[in-house]
Amino acid sequence: MPSAQHLDELEAKSIHILREAYANFKQLGMLWSIGKDSTVLLWLARRAFFGHVPFPLVHVDTSFKIPEMIEYRDRLALKWGLTMIYGQNEAALAAGQSYPAGTVDRLTCCGLLKSAALRDTLSGRGKRYRLNHDSGAYEVDQSTEAYTGVIVGVRADEEGSRSKERYFSPRDRESQWALADQPPEFWSQYKTDFKPGTHVRIHPLLDWTEVDIWAYIKRHDIPTVSLYFDQGEGTRYRSLGCYPCTEPVSSTARNVDEIIAELTTGKFANIAERGGRAQDQADGGGLETLRRDGYM
Amino acid sequence: MHIVFVGHVDHGKSTVIGRLLAETGSLPESKLAQVRATCERMSKPFEYAFLLDALKDEQAQGITIDAARVFFESAKRPYLIIDAPGHIEFLKNMVTGASHAEAAVLVIDAKEGIQENSRRHGYMLAALGIKQIGVLVNKMDLVGYDQSAFETIERDYTAFLKQLGVVPAVFIPVSAMQGDNIATRAAERMPWYQGPSVLEALDGFEEAPAPEDQPFRMPVQDVYKFTRGGDARRIVAGTVESGALSVGDEVVFYPSGKRSRVRTIEAFAQPSTEFTSVGEATGFTLDEQLYVTRGELAVRADQPRPEVSTRLRVSIFWLGAEPLAEHKDYVIKLGTARVPMRVESIEHVIDASTLAKREDKTSVQRHDVAECVLRLRRPLACDPGAAIEGTGRFVIVDDYDIRGGGIVIEAQADAQHELREKVFLRNNRWEKSLVDSAQRAERYNQRSTLVLVTGPREGRRKEVAKALERRLFDEGKLVYYLGFGSVLYGVQGEHGDSSEASHDDLMHRLGEVAHIILDAGIILIVTAQELAPRDIAIFRAVVQTDRIETVWVGDRTAMQISPDLEIDDHADDEAVQMIRQRLQECGAIFRAW
Repeated sequence: MPSAQHLDELEAKSIHILREAYANFKQLGMLWSIGKDSTVLLWLARRAFFGHVPFPLVHVDTSFKIPEMIEYRDRLALKWGLTMIYGQNEAALAAGQSYPAGTVDRLTCCGLLKSAALRDTLSGRGKRYRLNHDSGAYEVDQSTEAYTGVIVGVRADEEGSRSKERYFSPRDRESQWALADQPPEFWSQYKTDFKPGTHVRIHPLLDWTEVDIWAYIKRHDIPTVSLYFDQGEGTRYRSLGCYPCTEPVSSTARNVDEIIAELTTGKFANIAERGGRAQDQADGGGLETLRRDGYM
Repeated sequence: MHIVFVGHVDHGKSTVIGRLLAETGSLPESKLAQVRATCERMSKPFEYAFLLDALKDEQAQGITIDAARVFFESAKRPYLIIDAPGHIEFLKNMVTGASHAEAAVLVIDAKEGIQENSRRHGYMLAALGIKQIGVLVNKMDLVGYDQSAFETIERDYTAFLKQLGVVPAVFIPVSAMQGDNIATRAAERMPWYQGPSVLEALDGFEEAPAPEDQPFRMPVQDVYKFTRGGDARRIVAGTVESGALSVGDEVVFYPSGKRSRVRTIEAFAQPSTEFTSVGEATGFTLDEQLYVTRGELAVRADQPRPEVSTRLRVSIFWLGAEPLAEHKDYVIKLGTARVPMRVESIEHVIDASTLAKREDKTSVQRHDVAECVLRLRRPLACDPGAAIEGTGRFVIVDDYDIRGGGIVIEAQADAQHELREKVFLRNNRWEKSLVDSAQRAERYNQRSTLVLVTGPREGRRKEVAKALERRLFDEGKLVYYLGFGSVLYGVQGEHGDSSEASHDDLMHRLGEVAHIILDAGIILIVTAQELAPRDIAIFRAVVQTDRIETVWVGDRTAMQISPDLEIDDHADDEAVQMIRQRLQECGAIFRAW
């Protein structure tokens, strides 16, 4: 169980990074996958900005998310007064191109419904939908300006290429990541200058581990989707994605305390979190390939 | 605790870490299997290093390119291990990895001995301010576990580190391949070694004590005023670099020298507090609505002041492929300040691998270390790095990227030094009225600003300035035009001659007049012929920097300053419109709804 001091240090660094991002990027957005990591990130933003979230939250909706995730997203967005935006690859969906439809393989599906959808939503080339807080419904967003700073909740312990990320990581016009030639970053000074047309991914959670996330959720009693907990069937989701490609794990953890116990001393102490994500196994570094191409 | 592993390429850092993870049971079950499968597919023998070389390029080339973060836990505490690349090509990645660390482990090959990068990395660790260094002499199996081979390296490398002022915490003979002295001691193979294993040595490193007993320093990240939901707080936000702050403390912001008292310490979703200290990402409100901006340094009035200057003597390391050169424009970032700069002089350059000094250089090559004097376009507040780490180090940006870093040795007096001291004294003694500047801004619906309209003798600066006054006045603004000549005779000092000192003195007096008019909430338009950078620097020292807008009207031949706005070949009414737009952009006047 991470100590209080350890969590304090992680939190202070993440808040510092969020404030640097806000100070340096005019067109700033935060990706919210509805999962536990980006929800912790959302909470950190409320901490950083004293109860406010002064930039939009962006969700890439593949249309294959578990329905409870979408309900939870809109409930919190209305309750916390969030500027909520979503985008999706409407062309690919209309053409029936997806793994669940049986027309493409898993990596291609991720490439279309996540990487391409994300790229087009960020650049403004794709349609964006914005939540109207009066009606509770989504409307086409009038703004098509490209985001120049994008906050993402990836953690270094998740997977190899993420372990080599920077806190501020540049992406070129096509969202590509030149991971063999990353700029240096030290002494809490980050890459806040960028060429026109490029953008910077900002990663405030890099130093957090899975158990840190749950310990922080416990500390602040942060609301999470019930899919993370066993509802009596003996299974729960450890990592949330699209339902055709994310398997629940067998577990009887019914609350945050039981999850922390399971991760520190229990059955998952030595088992990687993304074990239930099929696209990672699709080839020798599936996720690295996806990430070079703009995936989170 | 963050620990970085460094060393020359192929001396076995990644293998040591891989072995450490495996032997402490810190690897996810799927990870070992996954790497074994990858090795099989690529027809390579399994190596522990592959656990860390996560990228396809790294696995294909068998070389660590970028620093990886690895998490593991000993019986004592959790660790974040940073595996830094050893190849000289990737020194910037090594620096990136090492800068986060509280302690370092440097790996040297027992057979190859001390190599160029063993020394260079040692130097970089010292430059980054990492004081706890453990040295592993690896591949002891290749030298037959020979005690004298180990002792030779121990003696030579200790002597090298001593020149850098670093005393290594421990030397350990290991074989990462065989697992000797990694997680457990290899008493059978190296009975002559009585010291700790690597794991024991890691547990022996001490957490760096937080500099709470140093003066309070907080670079201002931003001033937040989020009005949503009727929130009226104006919060000065930042991360405390050193010291502590309580409600009621008097704070001063540098370089402006503005002061006020802390009214509240703010936080969301936690019990209210009256105290904040080093390491915290915090925020506070003030008794008075000061106009403070990002880049200033908040300090306590009852504690030692930071240095404020445009000239810094520094020790730097350079990572850019293009050498650091004189007469070229860069940007320095220190704390949250960000200021254009140039290198004034390069005192000497040090080859980090041999410690040889050269004094005849006019540029600093990639991977070299140097002592230089930097000349900044605007003053910033800092401390000598030896006194307060957080506000004594900086990075240099060129062409969108960080290309180097360094430590402030000292701030040197610049031409505005005395003037600045006078201004700090003035601000300290200034009698505050009950109406503050924010209230005036709200009442007058404008933010007081000094508009300096300058240009060549024959230009139309006066006509434009007067037309601007008329236009703003007609729009209901509080505005005042002041020609330089009008001041010349009234405030002329005892010098009465045309010496440089008297010119500066005159500019200073004009600046003080402007300061008073601005304090009254008025937009002041001043015209003067061919203002030089030196004049602008004086105004910046006397009047708040963020309240000056400079406009050059007319032919650019004689222009030495970089004005906020240049106007040439435009009719007067067009020029007025351009300045008006500029004033809207900088927030001095507001656009109509």
